[in-house]
Parts: sequence; C-alpha cells; structure tokens
Amino acid sequence: MDNDYYVCTGCALLCDDIGVEIEGGKLTKVHTACRKGVAFIKGCRHPLDSTVKGERTDVDLAVKEAASILKNAENPLIFGHANSSSGAQKIAIGIARRTNGYIDDTSSFCHGPTVEAIIESKLKTCTLDDVRHKADVLIFWGSDPANSHPRHMSRYSYFPRGKERQRGWEEDRTAITIDVRKSDTAEICGKNGLYQIPVKGDTEFMEALTSALSGKVPKTSYDFDKKRLLELAGILKKAKFGVIFAGLGMIYSLEDFEPLYRFMDKLNSVSSFHLIPMAGHYNMRGFNENLFKETGYINRVKFNGAEVLHGPEYSVVEALRKKEVDAALVIGADPLSSLPRSIVRYLEEIPLITIDPCQTLTSTKADVTIPCALVGVESGGAAIRMDGVEVELKPMVETDRLSDEDVMKRIMEEL
Amino acid sequence: MANVMEIYQLLPKTNCKECGKSTCMAFAVDLLARKFKVEDCAPLVREDKYRENYQKLSEMVTPVGDVTETGLIVHEDKCIGCGNCVVACPVNVAADPTGAGSGKAPTCDRIILKVEDGIVRAMNVQECRRFGENKILCVACIDTCPTKAIEFV
Repeated sequence: MDNDYYVCTGCALLCDDIGVEIEGGKLTKVHTACRKGVAFIKGCRHPLDSTVKGERTDVDLAVKEAASILKNAENPLIFGHANSSSGAQKIAIGIARRTNGYIDDTSSFCHGPTVEAIIESKLKTCTLDDVRHKADVLIFWGSDPANSHPRHMSRYSYFPRGKERQRGWEEDRTAITIDVRKSDTAEICGKNGLYQIPVKGDTEFMEALTSALSGKVPKTSYDFDKKRLLELAGILKKAKFGVIFAGLGMIYSLEDFEPLYRFMDKLNSVSSFHLIPMAGHYNMRGFNENLFKETGYINRVKFNGAEVLHGPEYSVVEALRKKEVDAALVIGADPLSSLPRSIVRYLEEIPLITIDPCQTLTSTKADVTIPCALVGVESGGAAIRMDGVEVELKPMVETDRLSDEDVMKRIMEEL
Repeated sequence: MANVMEIYQLLPKTNCKECGKSTCMAFAVDLLARKFKVEDCAPLVREDKYRENYQKLSEMVTPVGDVTETGLIVHEDKCIGCGNCVVACPVNVAADPTGAGSGKAPTCDRIILKVEDGIVRAMNVQECRRFGENKILCVACIDTCPTKAIEFV
C-alpha cells in the first residue's frame, strides 16, 4: 500500500494520498480520506440500472435510445459535468457541437464568475502547494472548509508545515474567517479570527477594508467595529503570501466583481495576495478549463453551426425557464436536487437522459438512464483540482461498468 | 460531563475504605478518570438506602468503551476525519515530519493518531505526551478539532 496511493474524488481537493485495502474485489478499508471522501469512495447504496422508459435493458439499447433522442432534438441541453472526468467532458463538448446544443455545468450557478476571472488573469491565484509551502495569512471568506472540504485545513492551508512555514499553524500562519455565522472553521480560527458580518454585507466589508488599507477610516452601514477593521487591515498589510479562499457565501453576495477587483488590486499594491475558489465538485474547474480551450468561454454556451453563442440567456437556468430546450442529457450532476423546482419541473416534460453511477432524483425522472463507473474508484481519467492543477486518477477496483468517458464515446459513435 | 463534586455527593461519604482508597473523595476522582467502575463501591451496591444514588451515578458515569490509557476518547459520531489533530499532534510531527506532520498520508507506524475509514484512531498511546511519568497537559488534538469530537477523561 505504501507507495501505491490513490486519488479521492469526493471533493475538489483531489487528495492524492489515499490508501485502500481490498478483499475479493471489494473495498474494505480506506486510509487517510475524510468521512466525506470515504462515503464517496465506498460507492452508492443504490447503483443506477440501465433503463429505457423505466424498463431495464442492456447498455447498448440505452445508448442507442439516448443517441436517437439527441438526434431528434433541435436544441438539446447537455448539463452536469462537474462529477465526470475530463475525457468525458471533452466528448460532451463534441456532442453539444454536433447536435447544436446548449452546454452548461454547475459552475453556472456556482463558482463560474470566479474561475472565469482567474482564467482571464483578472485575479491573481496560486496553487494549493504554494499555500502549503508559503502562505502565512489565510482568509476563509464565505467558505467553511471544515464542512465542505474537511482536509483543506489539515492538508494544505492552516496546519501543515511547509518549506517556508516550518512551524505551521502555531506561529507561522494566521487564519481568518469572514462569514455571516460562527462556522466550524471559525471555531478553529480562534476568538479573534472571526469577522462576523450581516448577510449581504460582503461588498461593504470589502470596500471598508479597501479604504482601511489606504489609510482611511473604514465605514460600513452596519457599524462594524472600526478598530477591528483597521487591525485586520494591519494583518493583511504585513502578509508575505496571503490567500483568500473565496466561498459561495462571498460570490452569491457580490452583485458584480468590481469591488473584489478593487480590493485585490489594493491588497496587491501593499502586499501579495492570491485567490482560490472553493469549488465543490471534483472536476467543475476541469469543465471550465476544457470548454475555455474549445470555445473561449467557461460555461453557458450554445452551439449554432460553426458559431458559438455565449451569455446568461444560454445558462441552464434560463434555458429551462424559457423552455428553449427540447431534450436534455445530464451527466455527473443532479439538477432536480440542486435547482429550484419551478425551473427543473420542465425537465420532466422533455426527453431526459441521465448518466451517473448512482440513482439520483434526476435519474428517477429520466427516460433513459445509463450507469457508468465511479470515476477515481472504478475507472481512471484526469481531473482538475480547485486551484487548476491537473491530477491523474486511477481505478482502485475493477468493474464491468463502462467508464463515463466510454459511455459518452459510444453515444458519440451512434450519432 | 460530570464533575468530581457531583460524583462525591452521590457516594456514601463514609470513607469506609472497602474500595481500597483512603477516602470517598479519592474514589470519586478515580471514578471520573474511569480507573474504577461504579460497582467498585461495595456499600453503594449492597445497601438499599443508596439505591437511588447508585442509579444516578450509573447514568452519570457511563462506561466509555474504547478509552485509551491516556483517557483519550474519539466520539465517532462527531468525527469528520479532517485530520487536523493528526497534523497538529506534536508526537506525530516528531515521528513523521514529512508524512503525517505535513498533512499527507502517514509514512511510519510510530504515530499516535491516524485517520481510518473517515474517523481518527488512536494508537501507540505510550508515546502520547499525556502518558507516563513526565506527562504534560497537551491539548493540541482537542484545540484543533472543529467538531469537538476528541475528549480526555
């Protein structure tokens, strides 16, 4: 086991030091992975069957049916991708191009804007390994890694000792949480580590911090303690290598990114600060980068012949709300659980194809379901971590299920 | 959690020495540390007038199952396997600086905490700084736990 580590695909951290014990082709013990990862690696309680219109069939027939649905559709939607390998994502983009379809992923209502700003170099970023070796000031803004990415603090950010941070958390690192509540992460950051702000107060807090960094008196409409703000500005100024871990709490609260750009510019003029989006699903960033390479956009794309259309009107939410699509293929996502009912109700009215290892709410409403192997456990591939580093995945156990890449390839061939 | 005075109040307070301790207070201290069981107090079990106290004590001082010799308990329902304690533990860092001490998979078997199946497990307790002659009140693993899943009794 010692030199034979696997990668956990439970979240976008893609921890690559997982040891497993296998007996008779089944996983019996998982070492070093967190509880979330273990639950993911040990697989689903209800594996998905291959079905067409609710009746069990073999995979070949299901693939044929899926291809004919896509062929007959004028504007199919290809959605999901956050939980599938880079290989499958690339073929999915090909399928969307071929069928003149809409293609979008979960980043459309998640970290899309942040990843876009990073890919377009509007925000300075760094890798998680840089964080481990160099970072001294860590800001968890609107994120709670203790719950969303359990090993974030122990593996990369706060606790580990790194090359330039030999004394680790005790002396070399300062962790700060900016959040609307006292999260589990804030517990670890200590008494003075939490800056509690009201809901939707992020923009003002950001602007107040920007003025505090410029030596002005910081003002907020909710009267945040000015002394504490100036104290925080002092910590930020002294930072040698600072990192902001932007969570959805921050992203959802910002109406546009201008205050964040101004804040980051100001920060980088007085010290050195980086931003990493706390992506949730393990390969959301991978989809963004793959689509960017193909089309120049990270999500919300509609193919129209050789033309590539992009804009908020082509997002999954708008396409479903305006009922512009006439078939949908969902891979590696569960929109029926994650999007509002008023929007996804339309998915039940159109032919729906689901490709997933497990039964999901979406798969129960699908006309065609195709099971695939659990990426990183039963099949290999590649994925991109939340900080943009590509990680190779290899299978831990053998399976007779097709990998998601193979399923997509088969559909493409049928087309 | 029960404190020593609460336990003492429920004991017979006769200093009968049947348990081997010189006073009931000394017994209460050891009961709290789980060195004794409630049943080790013979009069409490034997005599009817203490029956109510005996029941109360049995509820208060529950057996802790997998308690190690240093008194470390991991509440498995609370632990999320984040590994903060594994990285923060000074013994782990000394034993395995590039593995467990750097947040990665452990590379040696002298460490005292490691994550298995998503839950932290204690091993090699004799290495813990809270063990033995020169023990100190180290709290590195408790302080760093986001869910308060680790406790010492």
